Amino acid sequence: MKQSVQFRKGRGHHLLLAPYSVWSALFIVVPLVFIAYYAFTDNNFAFTTENITRFFTTKSNVTAADGSVSEVRTYLLIFMRSLKLSVISTALCLLLGYPTAYIMARSSDRAQKIMLTLIMIPMWMNFLIRTYAWMTILQDTGILNGLLSSLHLPNIHIIGTESAVVIGMVYDYFPYMVLPIYSIMAKMDVRLLEAARDLGCNGVSVLRRVIFPLSLPGVLSGITMVLIPSISTFYISQKLGSGKFFLIGDAIEGQYIANNLHFAAAMAFILMLILLVCMYLMKYFTNRHLYGGGEA
Amino acid sequence: MKKIVTAVLAAALMLTLAFALTGCGASETLTLNVYNWGEYISDGSEDSFDTIAEFEAWYEETYGQKVNVNYDTYTSNEDMYAKLSAGAVSYDVIIPSDYMIARMAQEDMLLPLNFDNIPNYKNIDSTFHGLYYDPDDTYSVPYTYGIVGIIYDANVVDEADATGWDLMWNEKYSGSILQFNNARDAFGTAMYKLNIDVNTTDHAEWDRAYEALMEQRPLRYGLVMDEIFNMMEAGEAAVGAYYAGDYFTMVDDQAEDVDLQFYYPDPTNYFVDAMCIPSCCEHKELAEIFINYMLSEEPAIANAEYTYYASPNTAVVSSPVYIEDMGEDVLEVLYPPMDDFSALYNLYAYRNLDQATLDYLNTLWENVKIN
Amino acid sequence: MKTISRIYTALIFIFLFAPIVILLVFSFNEAKSLSVFSGFSLKWYRELFRDEATLSSVKNTLLLATSAMVISTVIGTAASVGIQRLRSKFYRSVMNTVTDIPMTNPDIITGISLMLMFVFVGRLFGAGTSLNFWTMLIAHVTFCLPYIILQVLPKLQQMDPALPEAAMDLGCTPLRAFFKATLPEIMPGVITGAIMAFTLSLDDFVISYFTSGNGFQTLPIRIYNMTKKTVTPKMYALSTIIFFVILALLLLTNLTNNDDARRMKEARRNQNQTKT
Repeated sequence: MKQSVQFRKGRGHHLLLAPYSVWSALFIVVPLVFIAYYAFTDNNFAFTTENITRFFTTKSNVTAADGSVSEVRTYLLIFMRSLKLSVISTALCLLLGYPTAYIMARSSDRAQKIMLTLIMIPMWMNFLIRTYAWMTILQDTGILNGLLSSLHLPNIHIIGTESAVVIGMVYDYFPYMVLPIYSIMAKMDVRLLEAARDLGCNGVSVLRRVIFPLSLPGVLSGITMVLIPSISTFYISQKLGSGKFFLIGDAIEGQYIANNLHFAAAMAFILMLILLVCMYLMKYFTNRHLYGGGEA
Repeated sequence: MKKIVTAVLAAALMLTLAFALTGCGASETLTLNVYNWGEYISDGSEDSFDTIAEFEAWYEETYGQKVNVNYDTYTSNEDMYAKLSAGAVSYDVIIPSDYMIARMAQEDMLLPLNFDNIPNYKNIDSTFHGLYYDPDDTYSVPYTYGIVGIIYDANVVDEADATGWDLMWNEKYSGSILQFNNARDAFGTAMYKLNIDVNTTDHAEWDRAYEALMEQRPLRYGLVMDEIFNMMEAGEAAVGAYYAGDYFTMVDDQAEDVDLQFYYPDPTNYFVDAMCIPSCCEHKELAEIFINYMLSEEPAIANAEYTYYASPNTAVVSSPVYIEDMGEDVLEVLYPPMDDFSALYNLYAYRNLDQATLDYLNTLWENVKIN
Repeated sequence: MKTISRIYTALIFIFLFAPIVILLVFSFNEAKSLSVFSGFSLKWYRELFRDEATLSSVKNTLLLATSAMVISTVIGTAASVGIQRLRSKFYRSVMNTVTDIPMTNPDIITGISLMLMFVFVGRLFGAGTSLNFWTMLIAHVTFCLPYIILQVLPKLQQMDPALPEAAMDLGCTPLRAFFKATLPEIMPGVITGAIMAFTLSLDDFVISYFTSGNGFQTLPIRIYNMTKKTVTPKMYALSTIIFFVILALLLLTNLTNNDDARRMKEARRNQNQTKT
């Protein structure tokens, strides 16, 4: 009897796992091999490292606002700019999203449900159209400046600046930050917070010592889910940046359009490696923070 | 909740089934795959002629067989080329621009047309015969043509400044100038301004154009494509170059305090978009019948009116309906008096660049963008 | 404190819904412009329902999102149960790493890598077209799967493992035990995962951009391809309709949810009454 239970259990899970194993091998792992394969070959599929070296060595001149010209490494500069904008956007998302998730988790069941749906609704409307609507708001002759004018306030120029791109990114990826943090906070044990308060913690230190550490996994997946898409976007920068912000996503798409598949693959490959290292480091340090020094 | 989930699942299943069934039913129907620019065919909106539906109906009536047109769109010549050359997609009819036709013909990506199936080719004005990209008229039938011009807001720009390409470099309008967000057209504006051959293989000449674009940088509002419509209409920007017919779309919707005007700088870019059959075509005769249909009077007029671009089709240009619909002032702009279109065209149109020059252009363009 | 958090929430939702209000307003614009409002009109709604190409791209988008949701939910839920029961630590960490890949990879990389593979394989077999509905479906299922697993796996871990075992001891086949004992327990996770998969698939542009092919263009692709000409307010009208459909659906689910809850409460009360 016992054996047959073992037998049933033993076989079942491999069978259940089989479709996913095959699927992920074919459509997650193999495509990555293809990226590497294209990255290290030329148009005739002969081995070359030229695509990779091109990413690191291509140089060009950049004119600063004051007119001074400096030589830079083109793609590294593009990458750093993308990183900068996406880090700012992620930080802003966290700054705005964390309190939102906190407020949501502390609300009544009904209010939680309503707020959750309200946060998800924009995701159901097309991403490109949402970005387009932001153009209408942020333009110099747009809604925002119209509003400011009617309040007799000075107009502001946002469209085509870094701020516009950041606003677009924060807007589009905000739900990805709120949802994971909220789902952790909603499950948090209220008794724990009460205990902390009983032990003499004030509001701020409850937040710092109890709530924040407990919500860290949610924060972490929120950061991943905002940083990753915002670093590689190519539509937001085109539209809200008035084509003036050339990000790594634009560069990859540009090479794809120019039919340089191999160089596009090389850029994608390098981007992937850098992000993998970043994500690993982030996980490593949070694990250390969570479980103390030794284990990782 | 459970009910909803069940309902959604059932709907999903039915949708999938319906999809599978239409797939099966297609065996008796012919399928024609057409690949065109977005918003580049009369589609029945605003009571216009629904080209695709009308073709399907006409075909069934004429040949007694059902045909289903799969109509897909692309965003640029390069986008279309990337997908086709990778073998990622296959179409029966495509409508690329001139320089792309030259490139595809050179790379054996186009099939020679059988003009026996395209008797309406007689409608094509003879000035559009033997243009450089298809000197023997083997692969292509012109669909639209046009000239790049400059649009400006007369409430902002002095009439006296509105000449030539210099307006796009005029410091007086700093912050209000729009430039194309695609490499070929953007470099084109600089090269026409400097009187450089836009098809030169001399890298030093491209460098000069690059310098001009860099000089323009602090004056620019931004690099735009479709955004130009909303920006010019709202008075967000005051100067921009775009394709002739699109000016009228903007005028129709301009804000009260905006007065859009238009002129052709000299020299400027002439372009032709033409219908071709790519080598992956599966129904060549059907494709040719489609092309022929597009040349017949009614669809040709509808498409010329919808796209607002000039038509190479004599049946359109001489049609009283078309002349009345468009109006005198529009026609004057779309069809400026020209001694010899093909001579000007062959001089100033974009040609297919060799790979080395293309790569160089791409690098320069990336430099423009990162600055 | 309460007022501050109220004001804060209000500001956040103003930010989230500002562009949607714009969409709503400009969908009633008489002119074709998205920046100059010239008068109220229902014209773009009329146009939308006449525009077969747009409607069919909406149909395609929905079809793709539903199929991707169903397939990824089934495969993902099965995989979660499998992963949960894995004893080999190594195998388990391999599965976790693989599941992480699509989430830590930017869309553009997932899109390009799949496109390269499809094109390569297509060429190998001499297929005329390597991108079509099926390649898009594969791509969408692939990026939806991790979200399902991430939602379902924690629910499985919270569940009492004795439940399905008890069911099997009572003579259920493993399959029946799964449906009778396990599935009801993990259902909230499955549903959340499915909704996420549907949402992500519906909103995806980048991956679709690289993997879309013949005869199957989704709404985002269609909108992106309007680059040479202008994006028409038809699209705003469409977004407005989508907005109200979702709103109606959500209200409906909320109402039925309350019904379910009430019914459950009543049932429990009845049970208690019979007990006493």
